[in-house]
Amino acid sequence: MSVEADKGHVEIAAGGRGVQLAGRLKKAAITAFVVLLLCIPMVAFRTVDAQDGLALVTRWDMVATLVAIAFAGQFLWDVLRESATASTAAGQVGKPVGRALGSLLPYLGAGMIVFAVALPFMPFSDRYIMDLAVLVLTYVMLAWGLNIVVGLAGLLDLGYVAFYAVGAYSYALLAQHYGFSFWICLPLAGMLAAFWGIILGFPVLRLRGDYLAIVTLAFGEIIRIVLLNWYEFTGGPDGLSSIPRPDFFGLEFKRFGENTFHGFFGIEYSSLHRIVFLYYLILILALITNVVTIRLRRLPIGRAWEAMREDEIACKSLGISVVKTKLTAFAIGAMFGGFAGSFFATKQGFISPESFTFLESAIILAIVVLGGMGSQIGVAIAAVALIGGLEWLRDLDFLKQIFGQDFDPKQWRMVFFGALMVLVMVWRPRGFIGSRKPTVALGERKAIGSDLVKEGHG
Amino acid sequence: MATVSDPILEVVHLTMRFGGLVAVDDISFQAEREEITAIIGPNGAGKTTVFNCLTGFYKPTVGMIRMRRRGGDTFLLERLPDDAINKLAGVARTFQNIRLFSGMTVLENLLVAQHHKLMDASGFTVGGILGLPGYRRAERAAIEKAKFWLDKVGLIERADDAAGDLPYGAQRRLEIARAMCTDPELLCLDEPAAGLNPRESAELNELLLDIRETQKSSILLIEHDMGVVMEVSDRIVVLDYGELIADGTPEEVRADPKVIAAYLGVEDEEVEEVEREIS
Repeated sequence: MSVEADKGHVEIAAGGRGVQLAGRLKKAAITAFVVLLLCIPMVAFRTVDAQDGLALVTRWDMVATLVAIAFAGQFLWDVLRESATASTAAGQVGKPVGRALGSLLPYLGAGMIVFAVALPFMPFSDRYIMDLAVLVLTYVMLAWGLNIVVGLAGLLDLGYVAFYAVGAYSYALLAQHYGFSFWICLPLAGMLAAFWGIILGFPVLRLRGDYLAIVTLAFGEIIRIVLLNWYEFTGGPDGLSSIPRPDFFGLEFKRFGENTFHGFFGIEYSSLHRIVFLYYLILILALITNVVTIRLRRLPIGRAWEAMREDEIACKSLGISVVKTKLTAFAIGAMFGGFAGSFFATKQGFISPESFTFLESAIILAIVVLGGMGSQIGVAIAAVALIGGLEWLRDLDFLKQIFGQDFDPKQWRMVFFGALMVLVMVWRPRGFIGSRKPTVALGERKAIGSDLVKEGHG
Repeated sequence: MATVSDPILEVVHLTMRFGGLVAVDDISFQAEREEITAIIGPNGAGKTTVFNCLTGFYKPTVGMIRMRRRGGDTFLLERLPDDAINKLAGVARTFQNIRLFSGMTVLENLLVAQHHKLMDASGFTVGGILGLPGYRRAERAAIEKAKFWLDKVGLIERADDAAGDLPYGAQRRLEIARAMCTDPELLCLDEPAAGLNPRESAELNELLLDIRETQKSSILLIEHDMGVVMEVSDRIVVLDYGELIADGTPEEVRADPKVIAAYLGVEDEEVEEVEREIS
């Protein structure tokens, strides 16, 4: 009797599983079909140069591979997700893991700083690695600056690159016309960028959400187009060149000359010295941004930013001026953008409006969103992942084994990158670190879950 | 209770129109210092509109709202910018649909409320960034004050939890504590007892009486819960369809036939009869 009952139970379970399997297969088939539709115009046909003009080449094998990947990917995703939810429901596995990660974060931050300081002395650090590290750190700094505006104050700014441009041009013009050194120009460029931050702040005080985003985007474009067209002042599309390089307390990074770095320290000249110097310069600038932001968060001004992100009306009722709060957020965020801009100018030695397109703003914003709005360490991780990841995707030769020898991974870099971004945002909709660390506590500082922390409406 | 009239707030001929709709129609009343004044009325009577005019969220179409602080400073609230109403005139408010900073902790909510004091102490942020001792002292004092209020509203154990995680009744109490952290002379509460169970309402009554006695703050209260209103109010103002229909002590208002009519409604046939009684 009981054996029969058990048998029946097993059969029902098996039947349930069969239905589940059919459902998953159906979902996977739908995904595969969507991918197929997308692939027909984008992948299947390709024009190549032939002797008599253009010839059409079809690539159905590649379409088939992509569709198969989509099918298998969707299927596996569902299976994995179900087992993950089952295990969390069974034993609350997810939460302790998350908490352990949270308590590890400070160590991770310290580890990253130690690694960053030691990087130039690592055996694998060559010219390419150092150049990439400087680029990554520039984005870390920019993203930390934008994090003040977007992450803390909740003001969606799509034109942040404008302040980067103001900083870069301020340095270049001040240095060329007045011969100021980098160390004098740096604070001036920051101040000018902050000033432009306030200029942007005034017209957008009353705007929220989408409208704010559109106006800030337009502001970014206005700055770029002015730079492009004001030929007498900015050099227009020719840009500004021979921007002075920074010196190390008066010592220059040149092969020959009076006060050279290598001459003073009695070491052999290497072009790497200047790169390492630039690397430490941007590292220090980025860390200053970080320390100041962490401090600001614990000050009334930072709490007002976060409070404004949570509820603007409640702020007003507590006597906090929303005007001042918004303007300070724009100004301080812009100031760090300006610092990064002067660093960019001095690193490149040449700037033109091409470097300050909307794409730059979008990348910086993507870093902030990917990292988790308001989280300093999350943003740093995201910058490394995004900028470093894009470079890493350049050499994916193992993909040739999947797609055949004539497959060129470089061309597919952006597709993979986009797919990875989508996956990350599905996995963590609020970024790598979506939780918020309180600024003050009577006892233990417990992280606040991302479901409670608001994103701000503008 | 003050024997000589010393109103903290005078509302004179207040009218608020939204297009063709007259939400508040020419009402005048006073709130006495260190008293609890309740504004009651059926739904849509214009109570919250009066509050929004008082606290600067609306600019009244007509009328004057005069706030007289203890030192003798007088402010015309309808002319102040919205953030100055709290900062200069000492008016704090809570909201009908609770507006806490839900992603911040309970303690942080109370520190945001002490923004101006801390801002001055931080030397407009510069001193704070440098970590000067003056700011640290001010922050410790602000935390002590927050602890005092958390103790009063019974939330000291939850100080480090997110405000959005608190149960409903606790959120209401926290909102009152947050408003009190701005050191207001006039506290405006918009339906503080809404959604509270009887035990929580009783606690709220005690809290309000305590604020009046120990903090010497005056309270203006919108409330539907008659248990709260009748027990704590020194004076009740009744609105109906944007008009003021009664103004007096709880006993007077309770007996007022106009108020009874407004609350219970009357049959069409009885309207004339009731109106005759009223006049």
